[in-house]
Amino acid sequence: MTFMYIGKDFTPPDAQGKITGQARYAEDFRKEGMVFARLLTSPVPSGMVRNIDASEALRMDGVVGILTADDLPAAPRPGVPALSNELTYVGQPILALVAISEQIAENALERIKLDIERRPFVVDPLVSLTAGGPDAYPEGNVMSRTADGMALKSLKWAPQSVEAFRNGRDPGDVEYTTEWSYGELDAAFAECSVIVEEPFVTAGYPHHSLEPRTCMSYWENGRCYFHGSLQSQSAANAPLARMLGIELKDLCFINETTGGGFGSRIGPYPFMAITGYLSRNLNRPVQVRITREEEFSIGSARSGMQGWIKAGLKPDGKVAAVDVIIVNDGGASGSGSGSASAGAISVVYQPTAMRFRGVSVFTNTTPRGAQRGPGQNEMHAILEPIMDKAANQLGMDRLAFRRLNAPDNSAKVEANQGPVTSAYMREAIDMGSELFDWPAKINQPRRNGSKVIGVGVGMAYHGAGNNGFDGIVRIGPDGKIYLHTGVGNLGTYSYAATVRAAAEVLQCRWENCEIVRGNSDLGLPHSSGQGGSNTIFTHTRSNWVAAQDAVTKLKEIAAAELGGTVEDYSIGEERVFKTATPAQGLTYAEAAQRAITLGGRYSGAEYPDDINELTALAVQRIAGSGLVGVAKDNLEKNGTAPGLAIGFAEVEIDLDTGKYDILDYLGVAECGTVVHPKGLSHGMNGGGVWGMGMAGFERHVYDPQNGLPANVGLYQSKPPTFLDLPVTMRNAAVNIADPQSPVGARGIGEPAMGCAAAAVTSALADALGGHLFNRTPVTPDMIIDHVAQNTYNNKSLKTNTF
Amino acid sequence: MNPRLTRRRFIKGVIYSSAAAMSGAGFYLANAQSRPAAAVERLISINVNGRTRRVDVLPQETLAHTLRYKLELTGTKLGCNRGECGACTVLIDDVTNYACSTLTHSVKQRAVTTVEGLQSPDGQLHPVQQAFLDELGPQCGFCTPGQVVATVALLKTNPKPTREQARQALSGNLCRCGAYDHYLNGVMRASGQLS
Repeated sequence: MTFMYIGKDFTPPDAQGKITGQARYAEDFRKEGMVFARLLTSPVPSGMVRNIDASEALRMDGVVGILTADDLPAAPRPGVPALSNELTYVGQPILALVAISEQIAENALERIKLDIERRPFVVDPLVSLTAGGPDAYPEGNVMSRTADGMALKSLKWAPQSVEAFRNGRDPGDVEYTTEWSYGELDAAFAECSVIVEEPFVTAGYPHHSLEPRTCMSYWENGRCYFHGSLQSQSAANAPLARMLGIELKDLCFINETTGGGFGSRIGPYPFMAITGYLSRNLNRPVQVRITREEEFSIGSARSGMQGWIKAGLKPDGKVAAVDVIIVNDGGASGSGSGSASAGAISVVYQPTAMRFRGVSVFTNTTPRGAQRGPGQNEMHAILEPIMDKAANQLGMDRLAFRRLNAPDNSAKVEANQGPVTSAYMREAIDMGSELFDWPAKINQPRRNGSKVIGVGVGMAYHGAGNNGFDGIVRIGPDGKIYLHTGVGNLGTYSYAATVRAAAEVLQCRWENCEIVRGNSDLGLPHSSGQGGSNTIFTHTRSNWVAAQDAVTKLKEIAAAELGGTVEDYSIGEERVFKTATPAQGLTYAEAAQRAITLGGRYSGAEYPDDINELTALAVQRIAGSGLVGVAKDNLEKNGTAPGLAIGFAEVEIDLDTGKYDILDYLGVAECGTVVHPKGLSHGMNGGGVWGMGMAGFERHVYDPQNGLPANVGLYQSKPPTFLDLPVTMRNAAVNIADPQSPVGARGIGEPAMGCAAAAVTSALADALGGHLFNRTPVTPDMIIDHVAQNTYNNKSLKTNTF
Repeated sequence: MNPRLTRRRFIKGVIYSSAAAMSGAGFYLANAQSRPAAAVERLISINVNGRTRRVDVLPQETLAHTLRYKLELTGTKLGCNRGECGACTVLIDDVTNYACSTLTHSVKQRAVTTVEGLQSPDGQLHPVQQAFLDELGPQCGFCTPGQVVATVALLKTNPKPTREQARQALSGNLCRCGAYDHYLNGVMRASGQLS
């Protein structure tokens, strides 16, 4: 298929504002009379606030209000409340104090006296699982299904089972909260000639989006105007309105630019309620600008894993069986992603039989949530060196081994073994092998003095496409094409890339298009939450169907005016015309004017019954302003749209210091048709940077004595800098169309990270003669300890507390 | 009459006469309340983007605060407010500085350049900005002003940096999105080494 715009680079309209400083983030908005809230947060990892004495603070000049948990609707428990008297981690917001300046609010916080009853706490999930160990909540340490739904309960393993697990063995007859399997596991293992069995640990770590999550809101005429910072423009409207107890029509959500999300800003974050309630109570605009430390505490984080895996290969190299156990560190929210971790194994290696057993344990550490490839990416980082070991034992080239097992169009996905929309992983492997020059890399001299070279490869998967969302396009009587999008501007440029599908259908000039976004009062359709790599697949579809609706209406209007039927008409050069006599037709501007006159479904006065309530409100706002194309994506979708990627890394380890440099990196995307090449390059390289952070740097560190986080800042949390990466990063894409996308495209954001993390851990193991750390991150001290034959870091499974 | 209102009116009057208007009265009132007994001169002139700006500055006030909240130059971003991320990078006499870690009173005799000061008066982008646009340097864009300003400083002292020199020079500027490679392409393009 030949496209006008799909697959071609362009300059997204917001890019100039980003390089001139004119782009506006939530904190850049100010409002006359605005006051400032500051948070008082928990100094303890676990406890209960018995009394708050704010009298002295409230008497201070300039202090105008306070909000405590008692002023908010009761939050689900356990959960991530905006404010809480029950304290479950250090840094948890207890109250918000409002003053005419941040400085006064900050000073006033120091005058507040708290009476806190301390409780036992725990920062290591295995300590909590051990019989007699502390639970993060008084009622327990895991969520368990009961007759009345999910509830907390205390789940314990016998000390000897925990000890077996810590030392790399199946813990035996213990209780889990999540289990699934498919195939005949024992029979499949019986067919294997190579079986590997390994324990593993991965660290959780914060998202640390560079823009701290500022909120500002005010109320006018009963409506709330809310400036926030989310991944999606439209997905948050309904839950935010519910949070504030108002109808959807009474919320205007403004979010022009978002300073990074990575999973932490999919929905409205709980503390958005603080500004909403305070601004209503005080009848003044209220802003909460949080600090970097607070962003660490309430900005969400990846769950850590402690686990055990057993994988079997048949003599021909096919992966026959995988058995995996994962204990997730769920932090104060209990969120783990072990099932997704295991599911990713099922996709990239297609084992004929598999079993997953897991439990996510609450700890008194920061709440956990989705973070770029949650579960999958850390699993890939652990899995690939282990699979290298298995392939080496079988005497197979590591790449040939992966090629043999790679998912294709017949692939089966995760626990239910459902189908994929398409998959071309072998093509990605072949492309990567050639571009990276795999044979030459693996056959180069490896040792030069204290330096040793390692070459690694890593595959990654994440579901990458959803369906059922809405699109809106509008042709104005001025002849301009207004592409309305609820997709947020989180840095991927997908808000612009996806509306190009509509421009493609309308065959209009891109320079005659205007993207309408960033403020729900502009009439923006419902959108996905833009988590899970799904935006490109999901919203090229929704824009496509909306534009198709507009084309149908253009032809109907032309046929009514000029005679004939819609089949007699074509579009081109922003005209709708009779195919047989192209001179007979209407410009888009003329047709839009006719649509306004006709009203009804042409002008947006009427709209389909199946669109989301938010989309319906949006159409009501723009009705009568042009020809309105609006539709829900009811296109066929059967199976999982996979995002697949393979990474190749060459590292050089200095055995004297343990430091390593990544000399070369290539990521190859298998994401269907490439929609926006520069955007894909950003996704692959940026994902690569995240992967390198996971592989080598980023982790939570908690003091087990006091439950205090030890690395809240960027410097200690250690997202990669310019100097932690290869001087140049490379990427490529297979670029084969997915048949279930009208433009052939799927997403890639998450596997872009997983393949890099896995390629680096694979390369590190290769450099060290196949030594498996079975940990992320792999830090220089671990390498030095290994070289010195010191097993300090490798004895047992520990998370959070290195 | 309420003495606070009197003070507020006085400070507002002074500031509105020379500095940009900004949000709400509260800030000025707050400043007035915080005035120390032996105060340094608070109403000072600073040279920002080639213009002399009169502004009321607390003794402990950071340049990032002054720029963002008093002069409405919000292109200078606060990612950490503790000298770790570089999003607030500005030029002081053509040298990169973290505005979050610079006291405004320390720049009274010096020339401050923010990202807003790079475009020419007719709106033409600075060559570094144009190169970053051509290479689509930013992702989320929150670190981008700092990256642009740091690159401008680099090219003043080293007009043809190698990629290695460029990444060393920019290493004080974090990008959580990981747009580093695109930024380096922007540096190479701005220095005429990438066509």
